Amino acid sequence: MSTSAELHPAIAGKNAAMLSSMEPPRWRWYLLAFVLGAVVAFGLYAFTVQVTTGMGVTGINLPVMWGFYIVNFVFWVGLSHSGTMVSAILRLSHATWRRPILRGAEAMTVFSITVGGLFPLIHLGRNWVFYYMLPYPNQYGLWPNFRSPLLWDMMAINTYILGSTIFLYVGMLPDLALVRDRSQGRRRLFYALLSLGWRGTAHQWRLFARASTMLAALIIPVAVSVHSIVAWDFAVTLVPGWHSTIFAPYFVIGAITSGVAAVITLMIVIRKAFRLEEFLLPLHFDNMGKLLLAVTLLWSYFYFAEVLTLWYAHEPIEWEMFRYMAERYGWLLFLMILGNTLLPISLLTFRRIRRSIPAMLGITLMVNVAMFTERFLIVVPPLSHKNIPFVWGSYTPSWVELSVMAAAFAGFGLLYLLFAKFFPIVAVTDVREQEETLAGERRLGRTRLETMAREE
Amino acid sequence: MSEATDQLRWGMVIDLDRCTGCGACVTACQAENNVALVGKEEFGKGRNLHWLRVERYWEGEFPHVRARFVPMLCQHCADAPCEPVCPVYASYHNPEGLNGQVYNRCVGTRYCANNCPYAVRVFNFFNPEWPQPLDQQLNPDVTVRSRGVMEKCTFCIQRIRGAKESAKLEGRPLRDGEVQPACAQTCPPGAIIFGNLNDPDSQVARLARSPRRLRLLEDLGTEPSVVYLKGGGHEHVG
Repeated sequence: MSTSAELHPAIAGKNAAMLSSMEPPRWRWYLLAFVLGAVVAFGLYAFTVQVTTGMGVTGINLPVMWGFYIVNFVFWVGLSHSGTMVSAILRLSHATWRRPILRGAEAMTVFSITVGGLFPLIHLGRNWVFYYMLPYPNQYGLWPNFRSPLLWDMMAINTYILGSTIFLYVGMLPDLALVRDRSQGRRRLFYALLSLGWRGTAHQWRLFARASTMLAALIIPVAVSVHSIVAWDFAVTLVPGWHSTIFAPYFVIGAITSGVAAVITLMIVIRKAFRLEEFLLPLHFDNMGKLLLAVTLLWSYFYFAEVLTLWYAHEPIEWEMFRYMAERYGWLLFLMILGNTLLPISLLTFRRIRRSIPAMLGITLMVNVAMFTERFLIVVPPLSHKNIPFVWGSYTPSWVELSVMAAAFAGFGLLYLLFAKFFPIVAVTDVREQEETLAGERRLGRTRLETMAREE
Repeated sequence: MSEATDQLRWGMVIDLDRCTGCGACVTACQAENNVALVGKEEFGKGRNLHWLRVERYWEGEFPHVRARFVPMLCQHCADAPCEPVCPVYASYHNPEGLNGQVYNRCVGTRYCANNCPYAVRVFNFFNPEWPQPLDQQLNPDVTVRSRGVMEKCTFCIQRIRGAKESAKLEGRPLRDGEVQPACAQTCPPGAIIFGNLNDPDSQVARLARSPRRLRLLEDLGTEPSVVYLKGGGHEHVG
């Protein structure tokens, strides 16, 4: 058992720096938590109004039966693909630079999928009987309809919430033990329970490495299936503009685009808020920028392929939908192309911009604004102009939908704020392991040789 | 015609050449099925609850303009897009070819409405209200729906049930024309005919074989049970 007292002072200091976010909160933390809590409370009030009055307080209407709630659902589920991408895929591909950001990205996955998973329930006409959709034994002998994409959705999202939470938790075990060893009293008991008796024995480390790799490999197909299923909510219908075979891969790429962009934004925020400049280096932004460039290129290709077939075939109903979108939402269409294609592709090719933190902040925020717009353009215009021209319509969100959406952002922020206060936001173990590996490296000419054996 | 349910397949024929667009069917449907009123403002927002609407399209350029009327209601598709998407089986197919809606089961995902190419499924945005004295004339045979659930044309299933019960009591098969939905009963020019499509001699089946027949959005493969009749263009003098 190693306690901080036995550690070399330099190492203990390093650990303390990485765990600095867990120091007792100052007034600024309380203020921020209060403001976010107030926004969440107002969103809850708006939701209460909706539940007690009826869905009529939202902006939806006869042709446009799905609105901002579903847009938000797709957006938040998209954001949740960040952690998986950064953590799981980069872990399997041995990209060691990911280490300082992996915890933040994994936590983001858990919180955004939690927030996203609430939206389909918020959007129900009768929220209070949402459990009709669960396959539970009941006196009617009724089972939910497994042919419905909404049921696939629910299964996929629940699996992803559970999977990503386990992924986050298992990865955090050694760090929780570290926090346990540094705390006293009731806090110590809390972390002692959470760290499941981690002692850092060779056997435990071996199990840990095996479990982490396995979870990383397992979570990737779950993430891909989650957003494919979200895409099929739209693609398997008869709605012109939704019924498209490219939707599943297109949505997955869109999700990864917004996820990677959000991770970069978050890295910038965490770096500033918890003074982690020492650990989050320009190198990390450079690499993440390259990743973002790659996925925005892919996204643009998918979008081009989708629109090209639509335009070339010129099917009357499909084309009418597109014409309507371009006319009514032309500026949104432009915003989407600007944020998802023009800006990132032109700017991220430059190393100087990838390493500039203000530029990266601007670009990644733009990407997510554009991704939100993209989801809006997928959900709303096709519903506005369906097959029967007599019931063509349009949609504007109401204050209720906007308040709930604001509450979702604030709630996400609040969860994150609490998480960073109570849990190690930088993966101490992973970072230290890498430092030790680098320190032990020997050079033979240009070749670098690791002298430390590593599991994985 | 036999009593056996599996030999019933309810269908409707709407003769567009006879329809004058008067809207009597809309009123009859509203009264028969306890369809709530939503008021002018909500109607303007697209929150009306009509199970049956008369769509009006204009053809031609002034002064040679002609109005086209298409009474639109649930088409009771044999392969209905609304059914598989419902996560709770609130939208289901009954053995007589009806597309049923279980209000108690509906949780209000509104997915069925999105997937209905005819846009005939309506949603209760608020709790239903009937101004005086309309609240005194609710039909006791029809459920009043609460907010948060979908509803749509049922082909007046309460009348179908009623007719089947009296036929059973009298120990005879259902007669052709015995079941009349409110819209068909009210239609002044008799443009709406309802009956059993499986009985080749029924009026609805004979009319459904007409060379003037068409079914809406047939290319989508939904197999609607409503057949429209429309002639070569000399029927309405504008």
